[in-house]
Amino acid sequence: MAKLNYNDNFYEPSDELIAVNDLNFKGEEPIVEGEELIAIENVDLEYTGKTGDIKALENINFNIFPGEFVCVLGPSGCGKSTLLKILAGFIQPTSGSVKLDGEEIKGTDWHRGVVFQNPPLYEWFSVRDNVAFGPKMRGIPKEKYIPLTDEYLAKVGLSEFSDKKIYELSGGMKQRVSIARALINDPEILLMDEPFGALDALTRENVQDLTRKIWWDTGKTIFFITHDVEEALLLASRIIVLSKHPGRVIEDIRVNFSRQIVEDCAEDIKFTPEFYKYREKLLKLINSQPQR
Amino acid sequence: MNKPQKKDVFYWFLYFALPLIILIIWESFDRAGKLKPYTMPSLEKLFDTTVEYAKNGQLLTNIGVSVSLVLEGFFLALVTALIIGMLVSLFPKFDTFTDLIIQILKPIPPIAWIPLAILWFGIGQESKIFIIFIGAVFPVFLNTVDGVKTIDKKYFELAKVYEIPKSELIKNIIIPGALPSIMTGIRLGVGNAWVSVVAAEMIGATKGVGYMLSNGRSLSRPDIVILGMLLVGVFGKIMDDILRLLRKKVITWL
Repeated sequence: MAKLNYNDNFYEPSDELIAVNDLNFKGEEPIVEGEELIAIENVDLEYTGKTGDIKALENINFNIFPGEFVCVLGPSGCGKSTLLKILAGFIQPTSGSVKLDGEEIKGTDWHRGVVFQNPPLYEWFSVRDNVAFGPKMRGIPKEKYIPLTDEYLAKVGLSEFSDKKIYELSGGMKQRVSIARALINDPEILLMDEPFGALDALTRENVQDLTRKIWWDTGKTIFFITHDVEEALLLASRIIVLSKHPGRVIEDIRVNFSRQIVEDCAEDIKFTPEFYKYREKLLKLINSQPQR
Repeated sequence: MNKPQKKDVFYWFLYFALPLIILIIWESFDRAGKLKPYTMPSLEKLFDTTVEYAKNGQLLTNIGVSVSLVLEGFFLALVTALIIGMLVSLFPKFDTFTDLIIQILKPIPPIAWIPLAILWFGIGQESKIFIIFIGAVFPVFLNTVDGVKTIDKKYFELAKVYEIPKSELIKNIIIPGALPSIMTGIRLGVGNAWVSVVAAEMIGATKGVGYMLSNGRSLSRPDIVILGMLLVGVFGKIMDDILRLLRKKVITWL
């Protein structure tokens, strides 16, 4: 197993937070070597800007294990979306490698489902056709993908809206269509790029609950980008913090709140001192980034 | 300001008020003896001419000739514009290859093509179809290219995730994505085609609404000229209305 190599600029690991070493996603048993789903090794990404080469990501090293809910936190411009794009296969890293099940990611494919902030739903299709689009294009027979579509529409609570047009949906509903559309392909990992950033607070809470429930019920691995500390704490089983310019991993911790919410129905968990402690710590970490 | 609603009587009153006022002024000028028959016909004369043309079938013939020319020329332009538009959008090399010539041909108005069209095709129907083609092809072409260009890049990224073949991409994403813009192009194209047919028929023709205009002028019959103009206006509006309705039927998602 590739070790989690923190680079030199790594902030002092905190004694209060549990740093990730060999724990599985439920935080109980050690992870067996070779179990990782995604291995990110020495990833650098540079792009050419007006003032020469700009380093967006530097020496990124971590593994993602099956069933983890990884939230990547960071200030805007830290390259977290870039990292997601590399995982999705939209762009290639300048150096280093990203492997899924031991195989290098070379381009996009449906093994990794992507949910964007403004979901690009095909406006000319109904809700149902949008969800069914992936399986249909992959040549799955009609008698198979129709019940599958119904199943996933039910999973995201949109059964009654299946024949609606996209413009008739609210922002939260669109995001749910987008989630169903990604999940129906049974991807090995679900990549979510600040999916709830544009939603109002109530709706956001609603889709967060849905996402958490889907994660818990299906055991899907989720890689989730956000700049909202609270959102990360409420959803993740693990939080990775990136620094700004260039993006580097500066913290990698295990969190347990999401699990407590589903297991113990601890919905008020965000008012506990424990939650505050994590929140303060992460906020401090993010805000301690030099402004440029 | 609240807009008058179509279900109100007031809406229809307002809608027809201005044409009615113009008719009243027209009529009162006639009664005051201010209209000369060789510059401006009386309403009565115009009405009589309309009835006469309707009865002897000239009204229908002229309109029919112009409309069918527009349909033929426009259909040719539509097919050409869609094919070239798609090629330009999908193949950047083809875009570069054709760009300069398209940019130079585009500003030449359809009327400027009339002399060449007559030299090439004579004064028959072919030259008119050619002029109409020129008038209609650019709006459709430009809006097709623009329509494809403005499709959200994320639609393509997502399609890449599903690994869908190019033919399915064109069918499921590019065509529906560009369709609103293409429909705008079609409306502009038909409008242009209609303008072009009138211009072409005024220069050399023996039938058609454009011919009515030039014929009316040479006979010093302003009633025929104005009847022709009204026909151009009314049928132009009808065609535009049909296309607007078609757009609503085709594009149900906006």
